[in-house]
Amino acid sequence: MSRNPYVREVPRTTWYMRNRRYIRYMLREVTCVFIGLYAASLTVGLVRLAQGPGEWAVYVNGISSPSGLLFSLLALGFACYHSISWFNVTPKAMRIPRGDDFVPGPAIISAHYIIWGVVSLVFLLMMGVL
Amino acid sequence: MAKSNKPIVWGLFAAGGTVAAFVIPVMILITGFLLPLGLFGSGEASYERMSEIVGNPLVKIVLFGIIVLALWHAAHRLRITAHDFGIRNDALVARGVYGFAALFSLIALMALLSI
Repeated sequence: MSRNPYVREVPRTTWYMRNRRYIRYMLREVTCVFIGLYAASLTVGLVRLAQGPGEWAVYVNGISSPSGLLFSLLALGFACYHSISWFNVTPKAMRIPRGDDFVPGPAIISAHYIIWGVVSLVFLLMMGVL
Repeated sequence: MAKSNKPIVWGLFAAGGTVAAFVIPVMILITGFLLPLGLFGSGEASYERMSEIVGNPLVKIVLFGIIVLALWHAAHRLRITAHDFGIRNDALVARGVYGFAALFSLIALMALLSI
């Protein structure tokens, strides 16, 4: 080992700010905050539904308020970013053998987008809005 | 061979990420926009409608699965990401995020059982 090793200074809390790739990585990781908060708010909605019509109305008023809608908008944006970033790396996670080769990555990604669309349609149909 | 709980922890993370990727956007659309817009009726009507939908045992099971997996996925990813933000007290972070996920899973279970 050399006597005076070179140590590159890396700022511990802001290292990702100097490269767009790193910023995108952190943005992708931060989607989990909104997934978690949405799951928690959905849980609160279920509690309100279980409590009765009055409590349910309070919950609906809350999510209909400007701050409630702003949260939903942010959550929707981050949730979609999660879906896109998640589906785009699926070929790395699943190697499907076909003949002497593997199913090509773009086919695996497309299949996920198609399933995403179908699942979304099924949810909307089940809720009776389509 | 050394025992490790990593396959379970990361397996649940991947399952949760996949489920969340497929269903969370449309669920936010439904509960965050269509419900406030009054597409399920307003006031008492939306209560009746939602109680009927969520009252279905199959819907309850699916909802519970989605909530638990999404919470777990978020908790595990946030634990790992905390390190990237320079927070190095992993034991404390783990307790906080898994505790949050466990607490809300339990609340969701109790709410669903009483609907």
